Amino acid sequence: MYTKNGNTEDILWDVLVIGAGNAGLCAAITAAEAGCSVLVLEAAPPDMRGGNTRHTRNLRATHDAPTDVLTESYSVAEYFDDLMRVTKGVTNQELATMTLEKSAELTRWLGTRGVRFQPALSGTLNLGRTNAFFLGGGRTMLNSLCRHAINCGVQFLYQTPVQEMQLEDGFCEGVLLEDGRRLRAKKTIATSGGFEANLDWLSEGWGEAAQNFLIRGTPYNKGVVLKSLLARGVKSIGDVDQCHAVAIDARAPQFDGGIASRIDAVPFSVVLNKNGERFYDEGEDFWPKRYAIWGRLVAGQPDQIAYAIVDAHGLTRFMPSVFTPIKDDTIAGLAGQLGLDPAKMQATIAGFNKACPEGPIDQQILDGKKTAGLSPNKTNWAAPIASPPFYGFPLRPGITFTYMGVEVNARAQMLMEDGRPAANLYAAGEIMAGNILGQGYLAGIGMTIGSVFGRIAGEEAARALNRGLK
Amino acid sequence: MDEINLVEMAKAKPSDKGPYDQNAHDETARIMQICNACRYCEGFCAVFPAMTQSREFDVADTAYLANLCHHCGACYYACQYAPPHEFGVNVPAVLAERRAETYADYAWPRPLGQLFARNGLVVSMAIVAGLAITLGLMLAMIAPHLFWGVHLGEGAFYQVMPHNVMAGIPLVITAFTLLAMGIGASRFWRDVGAGWPGWQGLTEAISAAGSLKYLGGDNAGDGPGCPVGDDRNSHNRRHAHHLTFYGFMLCFAATSTGTIYHYVFGWQAPYGYFSLPVILGTVGGVMLCWGTAWLWQLKRAMAEEMKSLRHLGMDYAFIWLLFWVSATGLALLALRETGLMGLMLAIHLALVYVLFLVLPYSKFVHSLYRSIALILYSVKR
Repeated sequence: MYTKNGNTEDILWDVLVIGAGNAGLCAAITAAEAGCSVLVLEAAPPDMRGGNTRHTRNLRATHDAPTDVLTESYSVAEYFDDLMRVTKGVTNQELATMTLEKSAELTRWLGTRGVRFQPALSGTLNLGRTNAFFLGGGRTMLNSLCRHAINCGVQFLYQTPVQEMQLEDGFCEGVLLEDGRRLRAKKTIATSGGFEANLDWLSEGWGEAAQNFLIRGTPYNKGVVLKSLLARGVKSIGDVDQCHAVAIDARAPQFDGGIASRIDAVPFSVVLNKNGERFYDEGEDFWPKRYAIWGRLVAGQPDQIAYAIVDAHGLTRFMPSVFTPIKDDTIAGLAGQLGLDPAKMQATIAGFNKACPEGPIDQQILDGKKTAGLSPNKTNWAAPIASPPFYGFPLRPGITFTYMGVEVNARAQMLMEDGRPAANLYAAGEIMAGNILGQGYLAGIGMTIGSVFGRIAGEEAARALNRGLK
Repeated sequence: MDEINLVEMAKAKPSDKGPYDQNAHDETARIMQICNACRYCEGFCAVFPAMTQSREFDVADTAYLANLCHHCGACYYACQYAPPHEFGVNVPAVLAERRAETYADYAWPRPLGQLFARNGLVVSMAIVAGLAITLGLMLAMIAPHLFWGVHLGEGAFYQVMPHNVMAGIPLVITAFTLLAMGIGASRFWRDVGAGWPGWQGLTEAISAAGSLKYLGGDNAGDGPGCPVGDDRNSHNRRHAHHLTFYGFMLCFAATSTGTIYHYVFGWQAPYGYFSLPVILGTVGGVMLCWGTAWLWQLKRAMAEEMKSLRHLGMDYAFIWLLFWVSATGLALLALRETGLMGLMLAIHLALVYVLFLVLPYSKFVHSLYRSIALILYSVKR
């Protein structure tokens, strides 16, 4: 019906999906399986396709009993509590509950479409109970979904960034590409991610500090589609400065550093700012529960830089990092290498060491080994930084994705500023994640939101076209 | 631990010469440091779980990891850091380079390790020399009318080549080959730190080698196979290698039973079409031909960027040598009652002699080092 060589401009597609990440592919597959003609636009070339899905590894899914890929059980109620805790209630509870409930079907739905998961592992960051891990990570997952989509007749256009969404009173009449072509579809699903690769836009929320951010996610998420939609009356949700921000190695590339740029040293270190001072409790909780706050913490420090300092004992307590730590036999020498004031750093470390309790720490539990009399105190795993050599990891805020996006309803329809649903526009994935994630982060929930809303968007678009009705 | 600037190192590679012209150990260590901070591939095979047991990678570590790798390519298609990403991670290609480096490093006598460098040429020249010497030897020993004559019944082969010569040459070659490979294997065993894995560990290692578990697509052994040419998976490589390996073993069994027939029972070749040595050899020969031709086709289909282009010659040389050894064996069977028997026997024997002679300097050694790596993996688990 739609040949590969056909001129995509002349076709009135049933469904146009913008973005070939997890959300886009779930939407495209669902619509194509219902009988729609589907075109997917991807800004990146094939090797770099799929937005931040390339960098993901798992999704968080509720389940009543152990499955082949998840241990024990994880109820919707517990999942909801976790979400409320990290977002501090900044979430649309109706959409959130629906998402968590629908997460139960995901591993099976994806599995029957070629996505493979690792067998349930106990132990990996204690996530084996709540999160299902893709075998080979997100890029393998993408490859499988793309294969399946192609088999369903979905067409792909790579290296075709969108320039403008052409909206008239909430009706999308066409999509203008950077290369000048104009595409038309009965229904358009935006799954084009956030705007983390657009430093100027980040500056609107963060000011000058944003210029010192590293973007851990894809360089292709510049927020063009989102900006275009918001400028034409689609209602926005979320704050411009909210994002998934972790502390990553300052030596990581400006874009696309992904998982390997992460530093797991913090709980076993003291973290200093450029003035050689501590500024937050490094041992507040287990790292998987705290890593996502450290991007913001470092962003709040002068020049958006910090240094995690460990000694020879500390170094072996966390996963190796991609960049070799900076090493010296003395604290003063390390300060010199890091560009910190040696006297100040020695004083801070000496003060910290004196405040540490006796005895060994136990990293398997919240061991309560806390410092006394410091501000702030380190409340777990406080051990002196005393055994040379000493190691320093420079830290910068690493942004994975932004939360501000378009507001949607439970049918994944975009809402206009007056509250009406847009006539033929749907959204899924990071571009609408802010409906559920107002702030904070819960490991793996980004993919869950993408898959759940991708499926809903594809299904609703098909239903509105009277397709897929059995 | 000197600071390693991964990005600069990746950029510094001259792209026109291929990314791995430098010492493959350095590049392997660079890439493993990236992989060790990512670990998304931990479910694919033994390499990645083995990698997590080190924080830094010395020469022995990279030799071990390179020989654990079956070059399936799943991690290449999975990698968020594969080219064109600036980290330039290409695990299958760099481990293939490092593997070839270990073959040369552990060759005995040491200087002959250089034979791996231009292996295709070396093997071709060995074949030409082998053919010339064998033919020359036969023509010197027997009259031309015997060489072209039709010989039937027991001892027919020995009319064109005396049994002592036919069996004596491989005896000498095999003794040398076993010595050379034994020394190489024991040095590798010692350097990577292998040890007795216990009976259960040994069973695991043998079963992983014999079933090619790690070409299966995941380290549980029940995956959809490995990618060939693009990210689609299949069990083709596993099956092609099974045909080759088990075909080789059947041919080996055929030779062994023939030897027993000769020395124990005094029965002289050629044996009947439905005798044990001929059945084993025929089935094995057909499997070898089929398996090697299939492996060659799969190797060609593999994505260019995943191959170790410098060492393709070694892979192809070994595959084709095996193919022609078995093809000429089958041809000899077909022609043994005609006047072409002498010629076919000369060609077949020459190829067999060459095969065994170059064994320690061919892709064959992968079986030794891979097995040792799998044993070490069992030990470390």
